[in-house]
Amino acid sequence: MSFFDLKDTLRPFTALKQFGKKPHTINYPEKTVEASDRYRGLHYNDLDDCIGCGNCSTICQNAAIDMIKIDGIEGKNGDSGLRPRVDNGRCCWCALCVEVCPTGSLSLTKDYNYVTDDADAFLWTPGVDNPDGKDRISFSTADGVSLNDFKRIPMPELEGMERVKSFAEAVIGYNEEQARAEASRCISCALCTEACPDHMHIPEYINAIARGNDADALRIIYDNNPLPEMCGKVCTRRCEDVCAIAVRGEPVAIRWLKRYATETALTSEITREIVNPEIKEPNGKKVGIVGAGPSGLTAAYYLALRGFDVTIYEANAKAGGMTMYGIPKYRLPLESLDKQIEYIEKIGVNIKYNTKVGKDISFEKIYKENDAVFIGVGFPKAWTLGIDGEESKGSMQAVNYLHMINADENVEIGDKVAVIGGGNVAIDAARVSARFGAEVTILYRRRIEDMPADWEEIEGAEDEGINMVPQAIPIKIHSDNKGNVKSIEYLLAEMVPDERGGRPKPVAIEGSNTIMEVTAVMGAIGQQGDYSFLEGEYEEKIKVDRGRFAVNDDQQTSDPKVFAGGDAVNRTADAISAIADGLRACKAIDKMLVGN
Amino acid sequence: MREKATTLYIGPQHPGITGNMMVRLKVEGDTIVKATTEVGYLHRAFEKLQEKRNWLQSFTLMCRFCVPETDPMEESYARAVETIEGREVPERAKYIRVMVLELARLASFMLWYGGQNGSLGLYTIGQWSVGDRNYILDLFEELTGGRVYHMYIWPGGVRRDLPKGFEQRVLKTMDYIEKRLDDYDDIMFNNAIFKKRTQGVGIVDKETAIEYGVVGAVLRGTGIKSDIRIDDPYEVYDKLDFEVPTAEGGDIWARALVRRQEARQSIRIVRQVIADMPEGSVYNRIPNPQKWTLPKGDAYVRTESVRGEIGLYVASDGGLYPRRVHLRGAAYVHGITLLEDVLKGSNVADVSAIMNSLGTCPPEIER
Repeated sequence: MSFFDLKDTLRPFTALKQFGKKPHTINYPEKTVEASDRYRGLHYNDLDDCIGCGNCSTICQNAAIDMIKIDGIEGKNGDSGLRPRVDNGRCCWCALCVEVCPTGSLSLTKDYNYVTDDADAFLWTPGVDNPDGKDRISFSTADGVSLNDFKRIPMPELEGMERVKSFAEAVIGYNEEQARAEASRCISCALCTEACPDHMHIPEYINAIARGNDADALRIIYDNNPLPEMCGKVCTRRCEDVCAIAVRGEPVAIRWLKRYATETALTSEITREIVNPEIKEPNGKKVGIVGAGPSGLTAAYYLALRGFDVTIYEANAKAGGMTMYGIPKYRLPLESLDKQIEYIEKIGVNIKYNTKVGKDISFEKIYKENDAVFIGVGFPKAWTLGIDGEESKGSMQAVNYLHMINADENVEIGDKVAVIGGGNVAIDAARVSARFGAEVTILYRRRIEDMPADWEEIEGAEDEGINMVPQAIPIKIHSDNKGNVKSIEYLLAEMVPDERGGRPKPVAIEGSNTIMEVTAVMGAIGQQGDYSFLEGEYEEKIKVDRGRFAVNDDQQTSDPKVFAGGDAVNRTADAISAIADGLRACKAIDKMLVGN
Repeated sequence: MREKATTLYIGPQHPGITGNMMVRLKVEGDTIVKATTEVGYLHRAFEKLQEKRNWLQSFTLMCRFCVPETDPMEESYARAVETIEGREVPERAKYIRVMVLELARLASFMLWYGGQNGSLGLYTIGQWSVGDRNYILDLFEELTGGRVYHMYIWPGGVRRDLPKGFEQRVLKTMDYIEKRLDDYDDIMFNNAIFKKRTQGVGIVDKETAIEYGVVGAVLRGTGIKSDIRIDDPYEVYDKLDFEVPTAEGGDIWARALVRRQEARQSIRIVRQVIADMPEGSVYNRIPNPQKWTLPKGDAYVRTESVRGEIGLYVASDGGLYPRRVHLRGAAYVHGITLLEDVLKGSNVADVSAIMNSLGTCPPEIER
């Protein structure tokens, strides 16, 4: 071989045949090349769909995404009010942020990154900086690829017609494997923590369960909830309503996971061993608590841990308040509640049972003997229906009925029961009646989807064969000549849109009178407070506003020494709000008396 | 008279798209008597970073180990994770992976065409091949959303299925590239200058190759037939019909001949894969990445990259992050120890050509 090999010297000149061909890399005149349909260009965020969960920020391995406050977007339940801002100087366009976005609001567009001398342009707030980006979305999860687990691990439960035969707990509970799998769905966004009245450390304990550390989970849970097993079974779980996964899937079963963690401690002794709380030396201060419901028990538990001498005065034979007497045992078994209350007593809380304040002991005595008083008396008195025939035998209030059943008393209801109302009390009364063999019908003035009761309870009732008659307004209870309930008469209603933008109102249809033969009627349209125990000067000093104690942010009433919480204070009327009240009051009392 | 030795610093920039590294040469006249490589310009500590990235986040770092070799890295990581976890990969995904890997090989060869010739001052072919490579990058953009960093082969399969009509577009591009390879031959392999500059230059003999643990085209250029795709097949390579080209001589020319053939073999494989690709899902979904843990264990997987066999070791302590990720890349041996050895006695003018021919890839060396 030499330089002068003729073939090899001339052959390269064949390149000349390319001369004059149309260039294929550079176009003249210049034209813009449209990016492909999957191009991973600048981010776009649908600001309305985004809930600010921050999962994009968490997955970003370059820490390129910050969650920032944006003018015009306010935080609300289920929305942190924050939106992602991308630092394009750090972004590597891997698009994992898109793939983990639970709402699907975040996507990448066909927009190319660009050159500018504006250094701040690196910071890109998707959706704000490109409001029109929606038209150029390219890489998104719209094609169904997502890294979120949208499907919930089903909760094993007794079959509907089987469970109606007894008061056995209807829900069986997750086993370890199921709990780990369910916990692994959580993306730790903590929107739930914000929505929980008690701000429980939900992502933390779920994470502990996912890691297989149930004891840690239990300790985290007990940090601000001394009745977690009860909450794990019957909480109204507003946390799940706001779960980020629920936007496109089924919410993480937060309640069932809490239940799982608490049930790993089989006795109050084991609970104590695991939680092993620090109990401070007695500080010499005394606190009296009226009512051993969730709020009172919570205040008592955390006050006892802080070294207070706490005594609860409870009118009934058992503690727990509505969770003991209002919730049927197939939802919250007695042993479960006993276990939790035993534990609270073991910490040093003194509960005086069968001691009704105002009857067995005067409020004045409690007030004078203690350095602070907490009132958690709840709403024990039911509203009556206010219709004719309500005084008939067999017409009763659902909440009283539940109380008697839970107190092991006999109640005659016959074989055909009508329950009036659409809340949890109505559903509970209906399902309890079904367990006594009665054929049960729920009459509700609005539509089923308007029922304030928990959707799982409604489904449970349907599974158990309970009839539901929506848009039915009772007008009269008929009785036979012995004064026993014979039938209930109701009008059907049509839903009329509310002019002021509220939910549609039921308006009775004239002439639609229907009569249903029944042996018992239960009203479940709400309860109210009973503050007769406040006598004399206390009735004056402790102000009640529209049926509830007026309190400040510290749960303090108009008498600085007296605090209140639970249903008698807040409108949400659920156990977890009561627990939050108790905890807040505890902190305020501690601050007031000890200065912590 | 013996000439006085001088020290020359070459780099960190080189003609021929090698990447940033420096070579310190001791020369007498224009003959190199000693070469010392100095790396450190591109160290990004990916392996260490991965120890603080979860199993999914770590995947996005893999492609950055070596810029022209993104897919074999992703492939290795995905397979390592799947091995530790026992995660199945759908059959269709395996075919797609092979298609992507071979397209990536082809794209990388096109870059090499430009680099190898550029290092010799022959720039025309670089204009052609890098331009033609864009057609492959277009395919990647369409399939993965990215042109160079694809982040497409992830544990459990691939990220997205093929877009509609994609196979036809791939085949069309393959036909085009195949035709273009002949054009390249005209100005490269039938070029007196190229022959003169490469034949007998940068020789790696068989013994040295074996002693140094040389892989890929450099090894095959010494006449040794070795290819992980055949020796230890992964994905669906055992179902495919292709050849492993070799050449004798161990010089730049021999290695160029091997790569020339390999590019054609890649086209052959892509066609087969598209013909045989089954229907079905492309992804066996991983759990929520935030909570995704792998069982305790480790895996060492071997993949044939364009530079040759690479090995990736991944260890899990049962936690959310890799305990250790370590790459045994081809470029580390080729670009440091072997390069220093081969440069001894070479001409200064050939340094870049030899670096390129050995598959030196500083980003992969330093990771």
